[in-house]
Amino acid sequence: MLRLILAEDSVLLRAGLTELLTRGGHQVLAAVGSAEELVRAVEAQRPDAVVTDVRMPPGFRDEGLRAALELRAQDPSLPVLVLSQYVATAYATQLLTGASAGGLGYLLKDRVGEVAEFLDALRQVAEGRTVIDPEVVRVLLSRQSEDRPLARLTPREREVLTLMASGLNNQALAARLFITEAAVVKHASSIFMKLDLDATEGNRRVLAVLAHLSGQEAEA
Amino acid sequence: MSRSAPLPEPADSEPAGPAPVTVLAAIRRPLRFLGSWWPWRCWAYLGSGFLIGYPVLVVLALLVGLGVVLALVGIGLLLLLGAVVAGVPLGALERWRLRCVEPEPVPDPHTSLAGAGPAAWLRTRLRERATWREFAYAALLGPAFGAAGFAVMTLLAFSLILVATPGIVWAIAPDHVMLIPGRPVSGPLEALGGTAVGLAGTVLAAYAGALLAGAQVKTARLLLGPRTETDRILELTRSRVRLVDAFEAERRRIERDLHDGAQQQLVALSMTLGLAELELRGIPQATGAADLVARGRGEARVALEQLRDLVRGIHPQVLTDHGLAAAVAEVALRHPVPVTVDLDVPRLAEPVEVTAYFTVTEALANAAKHSGASRVAVVGKVEGDRLTLTVTDDGRGGADPGAGAGLAGLADRVAMLKGRLVVSSPVGGPTRLRVEVPCSG
Repeated sequence: MLRLILAEDSVLLRAGLTELLTRGGHQVLAAVGSAEELVRAVEAQRPDAVVTDVRMPPGFRDEGLRAALELRAQDPSLPVLVLSQYVATAYATQLLTGASAGGLGYLLKDRVGEVAEFLDALRQVAEGRTVIDPEVVRVLLSRQSEDRPLARLTPREREVLTLMASGLNNQALAARLFITEAAVVKHASSIFMKLDLDATEGNRRVLAVLAHLSGQEAEA
Repeated sequence: MSRSAPLPEPADSEPAGPAPVTVLAAIRRPLRFLGSWWPWRCWAYLGSGFLIGYPVLVVLALLVGLGVVLALVGIGLLLLLGAVVAGVPLGALERWRLRCVEPEPVPDPHTSLAGAGPAAWLRTRLRERATWREFAYAALLGPAFGAAGFAVMTLLAFSLILVATPGIVWAIAPDHVMLIPGRPVSGPLEALGGTAVGLAGTVLAAYAGALLAGAQVKTARLLLGPRTETDRILELTRSRVRLVDAFEAERRRIERDLHDGAQQQLVALSMTLGLAELELRGIPQATGAADLVARGRGEARVALEQLRDLVRGIHPQVLTDHGLAAAVAEVALRHPVPVTVDLDVPRLAEPVEVTAYFTVTEALANAAKHSGASRVAVVGKVEGDRLTLTVTDDGRGGADPGAGAGLAGLADRVAMLKGRLVVSSPVGGPTRLRVEVPCSG
C-alpha cells in the first residue's frame, strides 16, 4: 500500500482517481486541486509518491509539472507520476532532465482507463523506476534522422526500447514479445552498446530513454 | 453657442448643374457669381461665423485660463478637459453650418464609441486625433475666421449704407449728411458718387467673402473631416488586429472548454469502464460483459485520441508552455514526411510565436498534401529584432499563394505584425516559404 497525494483540478477526475487508487489498495492522503496545495500537502504529509496533473490553476499552463519539479528539487527521492493530456515530448523531457534517484513517470491521462497497467506503472514509479507513456515513446521513435544514435537500432530493438521505457522489466518484456528473457537481455545489451551507454552504470533503461530525449532537446 | 444666425437652405439655393460647384470654383466666373446666390450664402456663412466665433473664443479663453490657474487644485484639469472636448460639439455644428457654402458634406471623423456612458465617451474621444483637430479649429474660429468675417461684414455694412445714401439724404433733408467729414452733401443727386463707391465695396465684400469662405472650407475639411487615407488605414489595421486577437481568444476558449469538459469526461468514462472491466473479470460468468466493456473502453480511447489531435490543432499548449522551438519539434515528429528542424530562437512575444507556429504548420501541411516532397527543412533564427523562418521542401513546386486560403490567410497574419511572407515555388520545385517578422510583435 502506498500513501499518495493526488493533484488534479477537475473535480470529476479527482474523485475518479481517488476511487481508482483506493480500490487499487492505496491510501490517498490528500486530493488537491492546485499546484500550491500540492506542494503544501507534500511538505506536510510526506507521502510515498505523488500523482499530479500537468495543467492546473492558477495559470492553467504547466503548473503541476513545475510543482513536481520543485518537489523533486527539494527531495530527489520522491517518486512522482505526472498525468498529462498532451503527448508533447517537451513535458516529458522537462521532467526527465536532471532525473534523480526517485522514480518518475509521465503517462497520458487516457492510460488510467487501463486500470491494471496504470496501477502497475504507479508501483514501478514508487519503486524508483522510470515510466514513460508508450504513446510518447512511439512518437519519439517514429521519426529519427539518420545521424541519431537511435537510428542505428533495428526495428525489434526499438520495440524493446519502447517497452523498456514503459517500465516493463525483462520478464514482462519477454512475455509481451513472446521471446525468452535471454533474448531480451541480448537485445538490451545491443541497444546499450549502440547508444554508447556504459553497461556498468545504474538504471540503464532510464539512461537509454534519456539519451533519446536529450537528443530531442538538442534538436528543439 | 448661438444658432440664431439665419441659414439659407443649401439644397434649394444650389445652382442647377450636373456636379455641385464649390465656392472657389464659382468665383472663376465673376459676373455669374455676382448674379447668383453665392455672395448671399457666403455672407450668411461669415456672419453666423463671427456670431459663433466670438462667444467660442471667450468660453475657450475662460476655460483654458482658469484651467491653467486652477490646475494645481485639480478642478483646473477638468476645465482644460472641458475645453478640449468642447471642440467636439462645435465641430458638429460647424460641419452642419458648412453646408451653407459647401455642396459636399464633410463627414464626421469620429469613430464609434467603445462602450456606453460619459466615461467611455470621454476616453474614446480624448484618444482620437479628430478631437484634438477640432480643438485646434475651435481656437482658430474666433481670432482668425471670426475676425476676418467681421472685417468682411463691416465692409459690407458700410458699402450698403453708401449705396443707400441718396435715399438717406432724401429722407432726412433738409439736415446735412456728411459722407466725407467737413463736406456736407446737399441733395440726393450729389450722393450718387457715394452709391458708386458703395456698389464697388459690395462687390469687393462679395469676392472677399467668397475667398474667405473658400479658405474656411479648406481649413474645415482639413481639421473637421476625417483624415481619409491615414486614419482609415490606421483604423482598418487596428480593427484587423482586434479581429485576430478576438479570434485567438476564441480559439483559447474553445480549447479550454474542450480540455476542461469533453476531455475530462472521456477520461473519467474510460476510468469507470476500466474499473467495471476489472470487476467483471473477477466473475467467471461475465467474460462476455467484460469484453464488451473493454471494447467500450477502446472506443473511448480512440475518441480521446481524436479529441487530443483536434485540441492540438486549435491551440497547442506546448507552444504556450515551451515556446516555438518545442512546438515545432512536436509537429515535426508527427509529420508523415521527415522534417529536420533547426530553430535557434528564444521565447518571443505571443503573437509572433503563434503566427510563426501556424506558418510552419501550414507550410508542413501543404508539403504533405500537395508537394510530394520526401524531405522538409525548417530553419529559423533571430537576428537583431527580426525572426526569420524558412520552410523548404524538395517537392514538385508550383504552389500558388493566391490559390489557397491557407497561404493568403498567413500572408494577412504576417502583414499585421508588419512582417512579410515570401513564397517561392517554381514548377519542378523546390518550394520555399520564408517569413520575416519583427520580434516585438
